[in-house]
Amino acid sequence: MLWDWGYAIDILPELLRGLLVTVQATLLGSAVAYALGLVFALVRRSRIPVLSQAVWLLVEFVRSTPLLVQLFFLYFVLPDLGIRFDAFTTGVIGLGLHYACYTAEVYRAGIEAVPKGQWEACTALSLPRSRVWTGVILPQAVPRVLPALGNYMISMFKETLLLAISVLELVGAAREVGSDTFRYIEPFTLAGIFFLLVSYPAGVLVRRLERRVGYAT
Amino acid sequence: MIVFEKVVKQYGGNVVLRELDFAVQPGEHVTLIGPSGSGKTTILRLLMTLEKADGGTIQVGEDYLTHMERRGKLVPCDEKHLRRVRRRIGMVFQQFNLFPNMKVMQNLTEAPVRVLGLSKDEAAERARDLLELVGLSDKADAHPSQLSGGQQQRVAIARALAMRPDVLLLDEVTSALDPELVAGVLNVLKDIAKTTDITLLCVTHEMGFARDVSDRVLMFDQGVVVEEATPAKLFTDPDHQRTRDFLRAVIERA
Repeated sequence: MLWDWGYAIDILPELLRGLLVTVQATLLGSAVAYALGLVFALVRRSRIPVLSQAVWLLVEFVRSTPLLVQLFFLYFVLPDLGIRFDAFTTGVIGLGLHYACYTAEVYRAGIEAVPKGQWEACTALSLPRSRVWTGVILPQAVPRVLPALGNYMISMFKETLLLAISVLELVGAAREVGSDTFRYIEPFTLAGIFFLLVSYPAGVLVRRLERRVGYAT
Repeated sequence: MIVFEKVVKQYGGNVVLRELDFAVQPGEHVTLIGPSGSGKTTILRLLMTLEKADGGTIQVGEDYLTHMERRGKLVPCDEKHLRRVRRRIGMVFQQFNLFPNMKVMQNLTEAPVRVLGLSKDEAAERARDLLELVGLSDKADAHPSQLSGGQQQRVAIARALAMRPDVLLLDEVTSALDPELVAGVLNVLKDIAKTTDITLLCVTHEMGFARDVSDRVLMFDQGVVVEEATPAKLFTDPDHQRTRDFLRAVIERA
């Protein structure tokens, strides 16, 4: 028989451990991407030209090179420069930095969608700049872009497999158990099903969020 | 209270204000009328520091808005100086510009707490008094989106007053409202004009309102003051043909 149920059940714990690593990498990576992306977006708008141009350059560079190349760079080049993290941390930093460059654009769009009158009202009330951001602009900009941010988390979830070059996440685990027995159909099928089981409900959630944000604004 | 001296403002090659001179006394209620694009709103926006003048000087009280004095000389002002002068001025916008992410109460307490350093309780008390003044005591916990345009504008008036400004700028505050909501907003403003000693500078197309509240009306056209007079004089017996044409056009439209 092509499909061996006994084998599939045997490898399940191994694959679930891989799934857990994938989910952890996604959550931590998104946390980095959401926070860093916001910082990038704000620095891009800052009135310090050197800083905003440096961030622009970084964002353009990261967005125009493949994530895999960036991960290879972090894994193999940084240690030569004396910067050493464990494989998982390096992966999370890589994912987070890469996606921060995309979320920065998402935040930027959200910020620009806040009407000019809101800024003018803040000026008329003499609100300090920091409070303008935290009290008025971001609370209006961020809810609007939550669906877009959520979509990036889903893409990131699927791209964690690139960490397989050195981390036993879901796909890495599937390959590993497969290479022990030379049976690949069960591990990779199950890995695919796991991705589907997480991504699909997450996608439904994001679409529901989209509708709610649509009503709110 | 306010002194404009030879103020120039241009957008691109388009000159909006040509060496404008005019002054407003403390407590005076002055209305600016004139065709669209004649520079009326620009005057308010310059005072609120939403725009920068290209030439001339603007004074608010004893401070310059365009410059600051340093060692007896006038130098271009910095942000800190602007902040201080700006605090004496409040503005109500055509589009209300309430903060949609805050309830009415927080719209009113935000700046008094963050800028004037009032305690939450003091600010809330001040806000309740103002909501009563504008007839919206029951809306403190509403979100701006739940209010009609007229109600939103009355909240915006209360929000500006919560900062206790010396000068209140009103920029076509009823232009975005449905006709039946205009009277409610104007009545609140008439009340404020009558019961406070605030300096009012309004841009409006509501000639009835201009007549009721103004001490002085300025007719603007193409960046200069064509004519200024008491409302009684200007609305019944204007000296200039340009003013007569404008008033006739406005009355025919209404």
